[in-house]
Amino acid sequence: MRYSGLSVLKEGLFGNKGWKPVWREPEPKAEYDIIIIGGGGHGLATAYYLAKNHGLTNIAVLEKGYLGSGNVGRNTTIVRANYFLPGNSEFYSHSLKLWEGLERDLNYNVMHSQRGIINLFHSDGQRDAFARRGNAMVNQGDDAELLDREGVRRLVPYLDFEQTRFPIYGGLYHRRGGTARHDAVAWGFARGADQRGVDLIQNCEVTGIDIVDGRVTGVQTTRGAIRAKKVGIIAAGRSGQVAAMAGMRLPIESHILQAYVTEGLKPVIDHVVTYGMGHFYISQSDKGGLVFGGDLDFYASYAARGNLPMLEHVMEAGMTLMPMIGKAKILRTWGGIVDMTPDGSPIIDKTDVGGLYIDCGWNYGGFKATPASGWCMAHLIATGEPHEVARRFRLDRFRTGHLLDEEGTGSQHNLH
Amino acid sequence: MRLNCPLCGDRDLREFTYYGASVYADRPEGGWSEAWDDLLHLRDNPAGETNDLWYHELGCSAWIEVSRNTVTHAISDTRLLAERKPAAKGAKA
Repeated sequence: MRYSGLSVLKEGLFGNKGWKPVWREPEPKAEYDIIIIGGGGHGLATAYYLAKNHGLTNIAVLEKGYLGSGNVGRNTTIVRANYFLPGNSEFYSHSLKLWEGLERDLNYNVMHSQRGIINLFHSDGQRDAFARRGNAMVNQGDDAELLDREGVRRLVPYLDFEQTRFPIYGGLYHRRGGTARHDAVAWGFARGADQRGVDLIQNCEVTGIDIVDGRVTGVQTTRGAIRAKKVGIIAAGRSGQVAAMAGMRLPIESHILQAYVTEGLKPVIDHVVTYGMGHFYISQSDKGGLVFGGDLDFYASYAARGNLPMLEHVMEAGMTLMPMIGKAKILRTWGGIVDMTPDGSPIIDKTDVGGLYIDCGWNYGGFKATPASGWCMAHLIATGEPHEVARRFRLDRFRTGHLLDEEGTGSQHNLH
Repeated sequence: MRLNCPLCGDRDLREFTYYGASVYADRPEGGWSEAWDDLLHLRDNPAGETNDLWYHELGCSAWIEVSRNTVTHAISDTRLLAERKPAAKGAKA
């Protein structure tokens, strides 16, 4: 069924009895043209764009839990295109353009809100670096404005501008940046893929990848063997375990990134504000909760929860930047398991096994990449060639030295 | 989370810096080779038991090997890197 204002009104008048399940729950078939391992945001987006852009619909998405049960529902929902390096810049620019048309395209309200992102800077050197980044964004065709202290004060007067440690010099303002409702993104892509004939199979864990003569022939699952001509691994958070089934060792270390949300408050923070020097960023959800986070816990982990030292550090940074939030009560804290790569950039590439493709290594930033990751992975699986805007996300770039080290922190996974 | 430094005893996690799997200490001989790609980039990245390399940066500056579970965060053992188990030495990260 197609959603519209009229359908909401009609259902509201008649007791909301006409809504149907949003996707089918099919049994897995014995064989598909393409299997996607992982029913998260990126996997569902890949299936959607395989069907929409390439006309391929004999596809199964295999998810070990329920759809969207991983990082797509555990992030802080920020959408932006403020990257500097060629290779990253055009990819995230493409992604933001897809976000801007996503709701119309999916006929689904993902609550995309371009409320603007302000990255604060605190020294002359940092101002220069941000001006350079802003110029790169403008050259890419996106938007960036360098604000001085008064410009920042007009937008977010509640910050403590004179804090002794990192007084605020100004900010880089990215108006088209913002947030989206994370679960809705997974659900919207799932619905769109299902409507085009893709089988979304939940509670189906892949336990093995079948390879014959260097070519993938299918997968073993908890619901039986399924044959396939092509297989895409899109299982960020567990990429290493899935890739190991195909004998691969990845340039990935799994880390925990915590996030926090307060009780619902009246609207108070209208933008996304980032305070990189203090390791803190914040926005306010449409329900009113302040959603914020900081840096990694810094040690390899698969626990979906963090430790207290980072929580304390983030709270301290938040209190330094905006003392007004001090009385808000924390409602929940949680952690997401992120694939950290040695240069902080992702991987969308074929593997040494014929017909086997991998999309992984999203570090902190997988959510905003969801549409473009799906778009480019679908292009790679359908055509066998990398998409133009993702051609530098190569699996072998660490060995060959073609790194995309946006932060310039070197080959250590937890420093990006 | 606290780590037991073999020299200083039980200490706050924030005194330590993390360097990944302890095979990071096994540097290959010579100039660039595939072994360096292995050391710098590729990881076994186990969900479960692992041996990590930690540096007691705000303490005694010892390099410590920590046996730890990445799923439960339980720490089973710590030792000076110089005294690590022979089995761990040379094993793939």
